Amino acid sequence: SIRNGIRSRELFVLTYGALVAQLCKDYEKDEDVNKYLDRMGYDIGIRLVEDFLARSAVKKCRSYSETVDMIAQVAFKMYLGITPSVSRSNTTENEFFLILENNPLVDFVEELPAGRTSLCYCNILCGVIRGALEMVHLAAEVNFIQDRLKGDDFTEIGITFLKKLEDKKHKRNK
Amino acid sequence: MADSPLFQALHMEMAHALCEEQEKGLSVLEGVGFRVGQGLSERLTKEMPSFKDELDVLKFLCKDLWVTVFKKQVDNLRTNHQGTYMLQDNQFLLLTQLSNGKQYVEEAPKFLAFTCGLVRGALSNLGFDSTVTAEVPVMPSCKFQVVIQKS
Repeated sequence: SIRNGIRSRELFVLTYGALVAQLCKDYEKDEDVNKYLDRMGYDIGIRLVEDFLARSAVKKCRSYSETVDMIAQVAFKMYLGITPSVSRSNTTENEFFLILENNPLVDFVEELPAGRTSLCYCNILCGVIRGALEMVHLAAEVNFIQDRLKGDDFTEIGITFLKKLEDKKHKRNK
Repeated sequence: MADSPLFQALHMEMAHALCEEQEKGLSVLEGVGFRVGQGLSERLTKEMPSFKDELDVLKFLCKDLWVTVFKKQVDNLRTNHQGTYMLQDNQFLLLTQLSNGKQYVEEAPKFLAFTCGLVRGALSNLGFDSTVTAEVPVMPSCKFQVVIQKS
């Protein structure tokens, strides 16, 4: 039921918030918390892919663009109930952006904790995406480019694919 | 979604990552659970009338809280009516992710610490100090012992 779904998400958000608070206690430097969150996210991402594929019966993506669309429209929707909008860099090849209008991870967070101006509160998301992509043999750099919690106008995740995906169309026999 | 893949994935990762140094890790993980228990209990009881007594609070834990977090109610609640309670869950969600089998019983403390904290935090939010311990008689069942401290 929808109510169960909402409760599940609340539970995740509360747990995530408690984790971040704990890491802020354990690590003085923001970069260290950010790295720790990213690493945890990576470990989660490599396992979550199986869960995702089991739940979603999606067909294989044949381009980076399809892959990013799937992340935004299927995965984010499924796990966090939001659909970030997707855009693509005009200048850098293979770089895409996810813009998060709403972000349930920060539902209970009004501002960054005091003295934590460089904290990427949601950095776990970058690790999850990176880990998941790696499991489908796509290497990518994933980071927050803009963050509302840091005073930016919106929250934006950048995904830059590192290797050129083979153009499968050319390999098909006619 | 009927279940909670993100929460379960996060819990498993915390159990591994935070407990790399076991001893300190278990208490850190318990502390994280404590905060979540406080917050969750606050949210769940917002629209509820106040509890009649201690037993009522424990029943809330066994039903509403347990269903929210573990997708089912506690199977068995026992008490000596003197502040000690035993909650038994025969298919504990956070243990079902591990293989059944005796070898994993040693790893079990990592997968119980968060929940012990969760229960302690929920009780704390409702005005009760307690100690909570857990044991795994046989996978994947789990027994939580709650001792309410007399003020």
